[in-house]
Amino acid sequence: MALRRSASAPVAHPVLIFWILVGCVGFLLLPWYGIEDFFEFGWLSDGYPFDTDLAPAAFLLAQGEKPWLAPLILPLLMPLAVLRRPKSDPLHARILIVAGAFGFGWMILQGFAIGIRGWNFDLAASVFGDLEDRQFGMGYGALLCASSFLFVFAQGIAARGAINGDVFVVGSITGIITIVSIFVFFPIAKMLTAAFVTQDGGYSVSVFLAKFLDNRLWGLGCLSGGRCGVAWNSLFLAVLVAFFTTALGLVFALVVTRSGFRYKRVLRALTVLPIITPPFVIGLALILLFGLSGSVTVFVSDALGVQPTRWLYGMPGILIAQTLAFTPIAFLVLIGVVEGVSPSMEEAAQTLRASKWQVFRTVSLPLMRPGLANAFLLGFIESMADFGNPLVLGGNFDVLSTEIFFAIVGAQYDQGKAAVLAMVLLFFTLGAFYAQRFWLGRKSYTTVSGKGDSGVHPHMPRALAVPVMAVAAVWAVFTVVVYGMILYGSVVELWGINNSLTFKHYVTAFAFRIEDSGIRWSGSAWNSFWTTLKIAAIAAPLTAAVGLIAAYLLTRQSFAGKNAFEFGTMLSFAIPGTVIGVSYILAFNVPPIEITGTGIILVVSFIFRNMPVGVRAGIASMSQLDRSLDESSLTLGANSWQTFRRIILPLLRPAILAALVYSFVRAMTAISAVIFLVSAEYDMATSYIIGRVENNDYGLAIAYSTALIFVMLVVVGLMQLAVGRTEIGRRMSQSRTNV
Amino acid sequence: MISIKTFLGASVLAFAAAGTAQAAKLTFYCSAQEDWCQLMANSFQDATGIDVAMTRKSSGETFAQIKAESANPKGDVWWGGTGDPHLQAAEEGLTAEYISPMRDQLHPWAISQAESAGNRTIGIYSGALGYGYNSDLLAANNLPEPACWEDLLKPEYKGHVQMANPNSSGTAYTTLATMVQLFGEEGGFDFMKGLHANINQYTKSGSAPIKAAGLGENTIGIVFLHDAVAQAVAGFPIKVVAPCEGTGYEIGSMSIIDGSRNMDEAKQFYDWALSAEAQNLALQVNAFQVPSNKGAETSPKAPDMSQIKLIDYDFKTYGSSDERGRLLKKWDDEVSVLPQ
Repeated sequence: MALRRSASAPVAHPVLIFWILVGCVGFLLLPWYGIEDFFEFGWLSDGYPFDTDLAPAAFLLAQGEKPWLAPLILPLLMPLAVLRRPKSDPLHARILIVAGAFGFGWMILQGFAIGIRGWNFDLAASVFGDLEDRQFGMGYGALLCASSFLFVFAQGIAARGAINGDVFVVGSITGIITIVSIFVFFPIAKMLTAAFVTQDGGYSVSVFLAKFLDNRLWGLGCLSGGRCGVAWNSLFLAVLVAFFTTALGLVFALVVTRSGFRYKRVLRALTVLPIITPPFVIGLALILLFGLSGSVTVFVSDALGVQPTRWLYGMPGILIAQTLAFTPIAFLVLIGVVEGVSPSMEEAAQTLRASKWQVFRTVSLPLMRPGLANAFLLGFIESMADFGNPLVLGGNFDVLSTEIFFAIVGAQYDQGKAAVLAMVLLFFTLGAFYAQRFWLGRKSYTTVSGKGDSGVHPHMPRALAVPVMAVAAVWAVFTVVVYGMILYGSVVELWGINNSLTFKHYVTAFAFRIEDSGIRWSGSAWNSFWTTLKIAAIAAPLTAAVGLIAAYLLTRQSFAGKNAFEFGTMLSFAIPGTVIGVSYILAFNVPPIEITGTGIILVVSFIFRNMPVGVRAGIASMSQLDRSLDESSLTLGANSWQTFRRIILPLLRPAILAALVYSFVRAMTAISAVIFLVSAEYDMATSYIIGRVENNDYGLAIAYSTALIFVMLVVVGLMQLAVGRTEIGRRMSQSRTNV
Repeated sequence: MISIKTFLGASVLAFAAAGTAQAAKLTFYCSAQEDWCQLMANSFQDATGIDVAMTRKSSGETFAQIKAESANPKGDVWWGGTGDPHLQAAEEGLTAEYISPMRDQLHPWAISQAESAGNRTIGIYSGALGYGYNSDLLAANNLPEPACWEDLLKPEYKGHVQMANPNSSGTAYTTLATMVQLFGEEGGFDFMKGLHANINQYTKSGSAPIKAAGLGENTIGIVFLHDAVAQAVAGFPIKVVAPCEGTGYEIGSMSIIDGSRNMDEAKQFYDWALSAEAQNLALQVNAFQVPSNKGAETSPKAPDMSQIKLIDYDFKTYGSSDERGRLLKKWDDEVSVLPQ
């Protein structure tokens, strides 16, 4: 990457002109402040452009309103001065940087300083006097303007020579850092400051310490027969879950890629089932199987004459449910990596007379390390943040995520305690994150290079294949039984009590009539169903795109603050949804960014909550791609965007698919963050399901969940078709004969 | 390059906002059960022509949301859910004072709820505390039928009783406060300690113990009686018990959110929700609470309140955050740490 593309001729830069125009459109044409139902364009006939609620900034200023927007004109015009200057002129870079930084900085400053009640800070009021005027949340005009300043700034940095003057890379880094700061750091920081707030509103460290050093958090009573602190419970559980999910994920990945197993597709579908299952459903199914009155429990206790127990409630139940639920994530991460390990290396080892077992142990397995580490990290974090399963199956085994939830919504109303617990949780996550980095070390895991790479993966050694297939078979049967129970539960009158078959739950939820005016969706579930589908469909591609670009930057570029950036991308994933939900309300219910009650806040929360899977899968796959591929592309005259699109993206198809599938599915099944963010207009399927469970309508809840599972299966299948397979140029089919 | 940049730009700062308020609409936060909430929203809309946007969340979640939104309130009226979070909201000034002309039609307990909160909330229904048991499981374990609070302390019920954790559930806090008022502070905590020995699990959510009993996962659940009745009506083998010593109760409440953008509509809803006609809507859904309007009817399946000995529950004292914090801490330190 040491290649430096020569600066282009001193003519006007199309990208720069584009961003200057964007800024002007935002300032002159689009309404500056937020408008409800912008895309229905009712505002065009509603007094635009003179009505102060709908006017663009230029019209506001012309009418003498909102004078604090006036200074923005300067940085909008300044970049025009560099259009005729060559990029090599130091003044070029300097002007762009100053214009962009001043413009963006001023927007943030005025946004936070002036809110719906005039000045937001007493200090400003005392210096400048009371402000009669006020402003609401920013709208699309402000959005375009702010983006324009940001990317003008990025181009200034690039012109100064950062990242070899690569505008695409600098722009991506600036853009992603900005959105991660706004939608991850800002709300979380706002929430966590609650840890230091005393009862009468002041700030104090001793409040924090008192809550932090609580014995309920760190007690070690379980070593002497009592109960351990919540923090230890969570940590212990998360390590176990991460271990089991990674091991099982690897088992499935090996079966699918390195065995002669015939029904791989069925197995693949089976392993994906748990992530497309709405919350609480797995827990309920486990209770009906293994609970005190569960069918398996009753059968076993009758057969052996033992007293049924409540063994499921507590650590064993959570462990089973979480392993069931999170193994697919490990599988999704690992399948790309296991497929990506180059057969050439394995063939080389075989040629050198290594046995199959030696090849697997000393070549294949070490090359899968990035996948294993990433899968472990995800399993750990998922378990830490999971809320639904501990709630249903936890018994007296308290974990951090449920404690946080009930510190906020429970009888204590203690946001400070929630913030302290969230910090502990974050601390564990950070620890896991660095442990993973340490284990991977500085070794290279590159196996996909531009050089001739043919061959097929050897099958697993027999000593490994037998246990692997056995584990996979047992697990598959278990999954089938659990899902059979769920399907059955949706068609019986009252689960566990009255087992007569009926379709009435489906009819209640999904009835529709065909009338003259078209189809009338009369079932009670349709409203939330369509909203959920729409939000998930918008969020999934955005999530995958942001995630993969971030992964590209993290593996292929080096820049200051990269480690902090990488951790930032993991942050929103590591924090339980409840904390995210409340922090989003705290941060985004007031100007400058006022998006509560809209669909946007749901989309945004999904993007940043689910992005880490895209990042992890992307990093794992990308660290296998040889940099010489990028370099040859660059040498041949492509710029870094073209390289990213034509070389890296096509090789990343498994990672893209993983990110797309995961973010779509999670958007449809997430619950904890969503509880606080749904509104009357934007109700989500999961909050509807929870409402039904609370109301004892188990049948309806399970019927809805079952319908969602089928919808997601179809969508995931379609995505698989659309994204396509990676062809890494190996002898694929003809080699099957030697099985 | 442009396409990816525009995409980045668009997602960078996806700002939008709720703009100006339009006429005749109401944002309605509901903390009762889903079908009841729907019915209330639709009926009010039909009766007045006001556009109702209803969001249903549990009372704790709604409280957390109103608190988080307090700088720029989005909701107008909050109806339903146990009284404690409403009292807490009143204490923190999150809800607005309002004296409804409908007050003379209400039971005294509903008005005393309002008076203890500086008229920032009002009672809309009440429900007595008690417990329910799974009759199949009770028979299968050859256990006697319990009838009083004291019965639950008997050693044969060890591992068969479930209640929620008072730290997370308003129902369980009401249980704790009831015991303190029924048996005195010493006696109340002795009762909780005795009960602790028989408890198989402290659940997080208040109604979870009786749901577990319905599914056959637990024998006796300490809950509000109307939750237990709902289980029985849904078809589960649940028997409802109003304890012989007398018992406490909750007052489901309603409050107008301070800073509401549709104050007139909120007041209109408030008055309507206190009318006998609106409270009779509970008969159409499986809601077995006692309505606060003297003229409203109670479901025939609901527990007969005249047969239940109710204590004179002191909502002002036990609803205050200081007393609650003290009792919860004492429970934490003295009860929850005991071996089981």
